[in-house]
Amino acid sequence: MKSTYDMLVIGAGPAGAFAAKTAAEKGLSVLMVEKRPAPGAPVRCAEGVGKELLREFMKPDERWVAAEIERAHLIAPDGFRMEMNPEKAGSEVGYVLHRKVFDRELVWQAAAAGSDIMVKTRACSPVMENGVVKGALLEYNGTVTEVRAGVTIAADGVESKFARWCGVNTTVPLREMETCAQYLMTGSDIDPHATEFFAGNDVAPGGYVWIFPKGEKTANVGIGIGGDRGGKPGIRPIDYLNRFVKQHFPNGKTIELIAGGVSICKPLESTVADGLMIVGDAARVSDPLTGGGIYNALYTGKTAGEVAVDSLAKGDVSRKALMKYDETWRASYMGKALERNYQIKEVFVKLTDDDLNSIIHSVAKMNMSEFNTLSLIKNIITANPKVAMKLGKAGLKSLIDSI
Amino acid sequence: MISVRRDICAYCGCCISVCPEGALELIDAYLDVDANTCITCGICVRACPLGALEVKK
Ligand SMILES: Cc1cc2nc3c(=O)[nH]c(=O)nc-3n(C[C@H](O)[C@H](O)[C@H](O)COP(=O)(O)OP(=O)(O)OC[C@H]3O[C@@H](n4cnc5c(N)ncnc54)[C@H](O)[C@@H]3O)c2cc1C
Ligand code: SF4
Ligand code: SF4
Repeated sequence: MKSTYDMLVIGAGPAGAFAAKTAAEKGLSVLMVEKRPAPGAPVRCAEGVGKELLREFMKPDERWVAAEIERAHLIAPDGFRMEMNPEKAGSEVGYVLHRKVFDRELVWQAAAAGSDIMVKTRACSPVMENGVVKGALLEYNGTVTEVRAGVTIAADGVESKFARWCGVNTTVPLREMETCAQYLMTGSDIDPHATEFFAGNDVAPGGYVWIFPKGEKTANVGIGIGGDRGGKPGIRPIDYLNRFVKQHFPNGKTIELIAGGVSICKPLESTVADGLMIVGDAARVSDPLTGGGIYNALYTGKTAGEVAVDSLAKGDVSRKALMKYDETWRASYMGKALERNYQIKEVFVKLTDDDLNSIIHSVAKMNMSEFNTLSLIKNIITANPKVAMKLGKAGLKSLIDSI
Repeated sequence: MISVRRDICAYCGCCISVCPEGALELIDAYLDVDANTCITCGICVRACPLGALEVKK
């Protein structure tokens, strides 16, 4: 470890690793620090990702692709099963990854590109001068060392403490924090190429249950519920999960327990400050509707890496110069999807089981060859006037604008 | 004060992101509560998926 770098990255998840790799490939000196002894473990993820989205960044590799998904089933509160089969309409679905292997591959790629890596090393405070972030104090093996950097990247995941220490409010409102529990289960008959989603206020209030296969007889079985819906014995995510598993996987064996939180709020108002860019979950860019954040982490990491290279070349790392990063992701496919899905999520969490039943029944009647978000929303609104009422005029307008 | 049931906590970080005071910190697998900044609001208790946090009067 040197005492000065062009770029310092806090956290070695997908966001941090891709930022480090991108910048190191362009010749910057980079240090990435990770407080855990092993990046990627323990896992805090259901590990699903869209095929086309992932391929923007990496060539799929059988070492970290656990399953290829061809179709999805959505199960309404009344038990009605709707199949979504986009492959029939010619579009691809997704992969379920082995995040432990995937995350390590990304860190390895960052190292191969020339980035220095330190594990079991925790950033415990930023170094600030006149309001400008100039690096961090790093705690390693009982000592604290100052490392200075031209640009610092906060990629510290859902906890997002580093940006907070720099003066950015990263607190997630309780109702916009999906609180989650998941088992990796084996020994049950599952469809190894289909994901399943269960909605309803009895199974998962303000969220959903997912089954994501990881090969024959093995799957991530998990739940997320709204942060304001649990909090008492018997109604916490783990309690809902135990009840679900008892009913649906009576003979399944649990081989891993995963807990976690996904923010479903709006992204941070600003993801840059003087000398600082905030990426991935730390920037609150996980998808408010699906909870997916792997692609968003990779994309924001890459974009921040590119902006760091540009800004350092121009000798300007002010908030104004780094705004390029903030503006780029907001204008991107991802930025637009976040806006739209936030509006949809706000409606989703207010739906009763009756609403959910009628929506899922009406969508099942749609012609899947013209299946896109706009046609989906139009269909839902015309077939379910009650839902349209819940949206209200303002809600409808912002939803349509965001599409 | 908030007390952490270490036999239950799976060090996931969910509680940290909802704490309005920034009083929680994960030091690898050890959840640390800063007694000086915690205002005992109980928000973190409600967010924990496993029930590892308790308000101790
Ligand atoms: C239960 C659950 C299910 C999910 N399912 C999916 C899914 O199916 N598909 C999907 O796309 N997304 C899913 N997500 C979201 C996805 O896991 C995250 O969006 C993704 O991991 C974000 O990547 P990241 O790099 O921003 O953060 P992380 O992967 O969380 O990495 C942050 C890293 O920073 C480290 N760190 C934190 N603080 C410090 C510090 N002070 N010093 C040094 N290091 C530090 C952490 O130890 C961690 O390794 C799920 C999340 C949960 C909780
Ligand atoms: S939310 Fe619960 S399980 Fe997760 S770190 Fe906090 S106390 Fe531990
Ligand atoms: S009780 Fe409130 S202030 Fe204290 S740690 Fe929990 S959320 Fe933070």
